[in-house]
Amino acid sequence: MQHKVVVTGIGIISAIGFDTKGVMDSLQAQRSGIGRLSLIDSVYKDEIPVAEIKATNDELLQIADPGITGNYSRTSLLGIIAARQAIAAARIDVSAPGRTGLISATTVGGMDRSEIFYRGYLSGSGKARLRDVVTHDCGDSTEKIADCTGIRDYITTINTACSSSANAIMVGARLIREGKLDRVVAGGTDALTLFTLNGFNSLMILDRNPCRPFDEDRNGLNLGEGSGFLVLESEEFACRENKNVLGVIKGYGNACDAYHQTASSPEGHGACLSMLKALEVAGLAPDAISYINAHGTGTKNNDLSEGVALETVFQAGIPHCSSTKSYTGHTLGAAGGIEAVLSIIALQHQWIYPNLNFARPMNELGFVPVTAFVTGIPVNCIMSNSFGFGGNNSTLIFSRY
Amino acid sequence: MEQLIDKLKHEIIGVLNLSEMTPADIDENAPLFIEGLGLDSIDALELIVLLEKNYGLKLGTAEEGKRVLHSVRSMAEFITSNKKG
Amino acid sequence: MESYIKGTAMISPQRTFEDKGFPEEVINYTGSDYLGCIEPSYRDYIDPMVARRMSRIVKMGVCAAIRCMKNSNVEMPDAVLAGTGLGCLEDTEKFLGSIFNNAEKLLNPTPFIQSTHNTVAAAIALAIKCHNYNATYTHRGFSFESAIQDALLQLAEKPEANILTGGFDELTVNSYHITKRLGMWKNHPVTSLRLKEYNTRGSLPGEGTAFFMLSGIHGSHDIAALKAMRTFYKPRDHHEIENHLDQLLGEAGVHLHDVSLMMLGVNGDPSTDSMYYRLMSDRCNRLPGAYFKHLCGEYDTASSFALWLSAILLKNQVIPESIGLTGNLPGVLDNIVIYNHLRGSYHAMYLLSRC
Repeated sequence: MQHKVVVTGIGIISAIGFDTKGVMDSLQAQRSGIGRLSLIDSVYKDEIPVAEIKATNDELLQIADPGITGNYSRTSLLGIIAARQAIAAARIDVSAPGRTGLISATTVGGMDRSEIFYRGYLSGSGKARLRDVVTHDCGDSTEKIADCTGIRDYITTINTACSSSANAIMVGARLIREGKLDRVVAGGTDALTLFTLNGFNSLMILDRNPCRPFDEDRNGLNLGEGSGFLVLESEEFACRENKNVLGVIKGYGNACDAYHQTASSPEGHGACLSMLKALEVAGLAPDAISYINAHGTGTKNNDLSEGVALETVFQAGIPHCSSTKSYTGHTLGAAGGIEAVLSIIALQHQWIYPNLNFARPMNELGFVPVTAFVTGIPVNCIMSNSFGFGGNNSTLIFSRY
Repeated sequence: MEQLIDKLKHEIIGVLNLSEMTPADIDENAPLFIEGLGLDSIDALELIVLLEKNYGLKLGTAEEGKRVLHSVRSMAEFITSNKKG
Repeated sequence: MESYIKGTAMISPQRTFEDKGFPEEVINYTGSDYLGCIEPSYRDYIDPMVARRMSRIVKMGVCAAIRCMKNSNVEMPDAVLAGTGLGCLEDTEKFLGSIFNNAEKLLNPTPFIQSTHNTVAAAIALAIKCHNYNATYTHRGFSFESAIQDALLQLAEKPEANILTGGFDELTVNSYHITKRLGMWKNHPVTSLRLKEYNTRGSLPGEGTAFFMLSGIHGSHDIAALKAMRTFYKPRDHHEIENHLDQLLGEAGVHLHDVSLMMLGVNGDPSTDSMYYRLMSDRCNRLPGAYFKHLCGEYDTASSFALWLSAILLKNQVIPESIGLTGNLPGVLDNIVIYNHLRGSYHAMYLLSRC
């Protein structure tokens, strides 16, 4: 027997807000979180815009209030904050009957502290504290979240680059659907680091200006940081406990582009496959989709590849479509989770987000993204894309309950 | 020019980790990308870094990049014509 | 649900890659600080133009995956799943070093691209042009088990699928020194085959890459049946461990007295090995115990070596002396329980059966 998977809680922290309310205010005000890098000491401080959360690790620790002394990387603090919000919103009591899982995702893990360790370690200066490296691996932040929230039944971490937290939500949904778990806290978290800043800069895909997804003159992405989590439950479990249902995980799909390590295929083959798979799982035709939250990073390659894929899948016409990365930056492993939260907010409030900074349509594409904050039209079904390095393409479909 | 071409071949083999190849295996007139050596976009980035690191030369536009990186010979000609001092 | 191992491939500090069974001679590493993999001839599996960018762990992963597919007679898997505790360490360290040595200027992008944890699963998909589901799990001692769990979920959704599932971790010079400073390894040189005899703190680091082809449909050439698997985190006491064993067996309808062998993740660290010995003395005192970490060392995904080893034993019905059997030699090997944990926190149990 397959269980319907519903969403009963959301939690988020990003450059546009420290919680759902803060984020919603910024979305409506069309206030982007992209600005100057201030918390990391980099030679690119004044050159490369980022979507940074304006809070030091100490300030995040105050907000997270984990209740357990320990070493906390920035990634784990962001994750604790968002996961706790989601759990509180869903009124979860992990000690009550029911099997609860935590599936988190991250690409950088504790790198914000590891790079401090490695700077000292690799130089042989002796200034390398072990406590800065013990939080290095991806599993650390998940465990910190698990320990703070008391979740024990099933814990794991996914890292598939920029599609990580979309995959975490997908796996969480599948585990509930097959009756393996009753509830899953699923999402992801990633912090800005010198490592990723320099990594993406070496690929020459960082825009020196705020990013312009799907614009003919787009010139790259802006890195961001943050965390987004959903609480997923089986419908019967949620109803038994009289939960407020925010939406349904209607469909999901993952496929591998298998074209190149970093570049997406020109025809967006993997993206087509993930979108088609998600529609198949959802039992929906493309015209059922009200809004697409695109991956839309602002790079030449992604936006063309994704744009072509969208036109292939939505042959009768592309619904309202935008990338919210012009608000939040590209939050890497957290992107799927953050954009899932934005999708649930959109379903609840019947919003469609604008694709900020858009001016010129791409020559190769026939569609233009949404540029105004739209209300007053039915938003029943949202498709969210997250595509990662290694050709890892994931699509989630959320619908109203 | 021939000395520079030979030097470039050694550097390209090094930076792109073409450990199975010797300079004699690389035809300096053959295209580097798609055909010929069959290099890709990541290799292009590595070659851009090589030009700047070893020769202090930056590429202006993507079009210039395509021209300069067409073959080993075009790279050598670019270096020669932009030599500083 | 029950699944079947159609084929495997193992790259480890023993000669496990060339043979289809257990190597005739095991290598005893003396005076060792760590156990490093015996690497295959990569050019036999990977085009040099493709391999040139790959680090060791990526090359090993691609080789093992391709070999596993050959051994399973599967040309195109329905999914590629991977579990790794620390991912692509070598390239991570390389890129970090270059950031500091070059003050963030003129950095080579290749090590950054290769450092993402899903590089191995992606490289496999690229090598075989597989557009199907692709996932990488990275959660310490649960990394491999999470990949297996996803594979089992895939098979519950579609039993006729063939799921390529792997577990791998690499050791680098830096990671060895850092983990040594953290007190994870012995402070003295070790003779690997005698690992569990030392009564000193710490274990012996190792590395390995294992791949399995899992299917929900039984075939005549299958190596073994995976009847059940469970994981548990920081058990409160030995009763909880015993409960998990009971539930593992109960799920598959197997009685304790039908278990032929307990394959244990004893790693030579007395502080955490006690959990294994307690289970054996309290609950499994009539059962023979076998060991594997003296062959592969300790690493986050070492349970994948145990799975490979146990599957081979069930297929071949031969128990090599080097397993270090304790207790009575079983007649027929019908069921093997694998029990492994990492640092006392991440526990996994498998029930594997002859088929």
